Amino acid sequence: MCLGIPGRIVEVTDPETMTAMVEVGGVRRPTNICFIVADDTPPSAYLGEWVLVHVGFAMSLIDAAEAERTLAMLTELGEIQAEIDAMQQSNEANFSLRGTDHGHEVCR
Amino acid sequence: MAMKYVDEFRDPDKARTLVAEIRGLIPRIPRAGERPLQIMEVCGGHTHAIFRYGIQQMLPEEVEFVHGPGCPVCVLPMGRVDDCVAIAERPEVIFTTFGDAMRVPGSQKSLLKAKAEGADVRMVYSPLDALAIARKNPGREVVFFGLGFETTMPSTAMTLIQARRAGQTNFSLFCNHITIIPTIRAILDSADLQLDGFIGPGHVSMVIGTRAYDFIARDYHKPITVAGFEPLDVLHSLWMVLRQLAEGRCEVENQYGRIVPEAGNARALAAVDEVYELRPFFEWRGLGSIDHSGVRIRDAYAAFDAERKFSVPNVVVADPKACQCGEVLKGVIKPHECKVFGTACTPEMPLGSLMVSSEGACAAYYSYGRRERVPA
Amino acid sequence: MRRLIDEVFVRTFDNAALSALEDQATIALSELLAHGDRLAFTTDTYVVDPLFFPGGDIGKLAVAGTVNDLAMSGARPLFLSCGVVLEEGLPVETLHRVAASMKQMADRAGVKIVTGDTKVVERGAADKMFINTAGIGVVPAGISISAANARPGDVVIVNGVLGDHGTAILIARNQLSLEADIESDCQPLDGLVAAMLSSCRNIHCLRDATRGGLATVLNEFAQSSNVGIRISERDVPLREEVKGACEILGLDPLYLANEGRLVAVVPPDGADAVLAAMRAHPSGSSAAIIGEVTDERRGMVTMQTIFGGERIVDMLVGEQLPRIC
Repeated sequence: MCLGIPGRIVEVTDPETMTAMVEVGGVRRPTNICFIVADDTPPSAYLGEWVLVHVGFAMSLIDAAEAERTLAMLTELGEIQAEIDAMQQSNEANFSLRGTDHGHEVCR
Repeated sequence: MAMKYVDEFRDPDKARTLVAEIRGLIPRIPRAGERPLQIMEVCGGHTHAIFRYGIQQMLPEEVEFVHGPGCPVCVLPMGRVDDCVAIAERPEVIFTTFGDAMRVPGSQKSLLKAKAEGADVRMVYSPLDALAIARKNPGREVVFFGLGFETTMPSTAMTLIQARRAGQTNFSLFCNHITIIPTIRAILDSADLQLDGFIGPGHVSMVIGTRAYDFIARDYHKPITVAGFEPLDVLHSLWMVLRQLAEGRCEVENQYGRIVPEAGNARALAAVDEVYELRPFFEWRGLGSIDHSGVRIRDAYAAFDAERKFSVPNVVVADPKACQCGEVLKGVIKPHECKVFGTACTPEMPLGSLMVSSEGACAAYYSYGRRERVPA
Repeated sequence: MRRLIDEVFVRTFDNAALSALEDQATIALSELLAHGDRLAFTTDTYVVDPLFFPGGDIGKLAVAGTVNDLAMSGARPLFLSCGVVLEEGLPVETLHRVAASMKQMADRAGVKIVTGDTKVVERGAADKMFINTAGIGVVPAGISISAANARPGDVVIVNGVLGDHGTAILIARNQLSLEADIESDCQPLDGLVAAMLSSCRNIHCLRDATRGGLATVLNEFAQSSNVGIRISERDVPLREEVKGACEILGLDPLYLANEGRLVAVVPPDGADAVLAAMRAHPSGSSAAIIGEVTDERRGMVTMQTIFGGERIVDMLVGEQLPRIC
């Protein structure tokens, strides 16, 4: 329960009611940002920020660094996996090479 | 042009990486050898993502998703739909609602049918849109059907706060908000279930934080990972839960850190607290009555409470006898194991709301995957 | 009053057959036989709400829609009829606008509206305006297009981005407050089809993806031909704004209506030529191959998702509604 979409605050249309224009893939919608604006901070301070929008309200400020960390971790995981696969394939190739050429030596 | 924070989390290369990692973990989980691991995803949005992207088929057969009752449309009792229809059919009322609720069957009809028969039922995207309708129609009574978990409560609460500030007396809310924690507890207390871990509701958590789930790990000894809704988030979270099982850990982990703060959203929680209070108990379709699982509007906002403004039938309507919605909602049986799946209950002629809701497990099974009934 | 309404249409559509004010239009058979050897005949009734929306109106739809139904058989569209039911109280100005729009589309498609009728019913008996158009066209000899013709190995092609019309209507109809540069894609497709047939006479299937969208057409082909159809989500062209609107509202673009988009199933040896012909035509500049016909899972449509998994693309039940879950 659930449908939330990341969008960017592109305009503050009414600081009194905390209404801003948020853009998602080229589509704009009036969005209430009262839940993400800190006390004593003007709404305009959030221009350009990315937020999670649910039924016309911004519910969370997206932590860009955290997003980057998650993706980077997964990328690294993929790279490690690829390395292991490559090593494994090369080991298998070596083993079978020795096996066919010097079968009697393998058991030494 | 990519959609930021969306497309990166749909990356098939990273998907392949995670599937390989998951395969690697299986042998390290002792239980996985005896029977498939049952990981429950509570939230309807996760059910939808799993089916829409075909995630279950990507996984080894030793891991199975169990679809939980975290779909506020699916658990809407027929009696409440009847109440909505009763309000909507009053000539002075403009009844506004999210799209999801319009097709849920009541004992006589759905809101969509009521609309076809002349009731002024309008679909809106935001409760603020409903408030705007009230502003533009001073001579009419505008009622908004508030459903959803804690994700949506702050938004409807803030709408009522704004309505009161503006003195918008022709606006009221018909409150059907439900809470997630009692739901999860009811699942865990259920005798017929064998769950190994949980994929936690990411958007509920951005409001309530992650500490609310501590009891799952502490008292029930099940690992839980709070998950985002893009397919990569779901796979990543599954991997994290399986890793906990492999390492013998039992914790609350947060996969969705880019959006979910551990402490939740204080401002949102404050709005909820100002407007709502817990009901002693609330009725759920298929699951019966669960204590403290629903909220109602506080006395301070009584003037905006549709339940007090309008008298409604308020009848508890039993589900059709053939319905096995409760068992599906609890994950005891899979949709295609229900006696009426695909025969008496189809998207065209739904017996229950799980076949109607776009994230209902039955609708998902029917549309995206299996069609044939399989005996349980 | 009645005369006034008739005059609006007769004067706006402005052709000899209509202006003769006979009870019927007569067309020489020889005129028809000049174009081919079979008559194509279709009808459709248009009840869209709202009447006017970004990129079009009910009149434009009523002409283009019927022209396209004819074009999907390979026919050259020629003549249309136009029957209108008006709700009492509809402003005459609205009538003028709709009629002018119909004339504009008819000229663009090279068809004449040669006969028609108008009726006024009391308030509440109709929703503003309903238009029925019937159309006749002629199919050239040797052209045989049918939903039952798809064969394993065939290639599935669409002529451009999908979902514009459905999204535009949804936004126009509801209080969704979305600001988006999304317009209906309503356009006549007969010129595009002619270009496609010139490059490959043996096109197997053609259908415009109107109500129910791409997914519905593919399912119709799969069932009529008893074949499987497999598409790739990555290859389905979508405008960025339609993607954004769908994400916000929770809609699946595969099911959104189009009014200027066709789905073609083409034998593999003709695919390159058809694609090139489409891309060279203004109505097909973004044409793309999106999938193929298989002999597995006959009667069903499956899609490889951008994530790497696979799912079934089912027939739609009812109307797609925005969701919050």
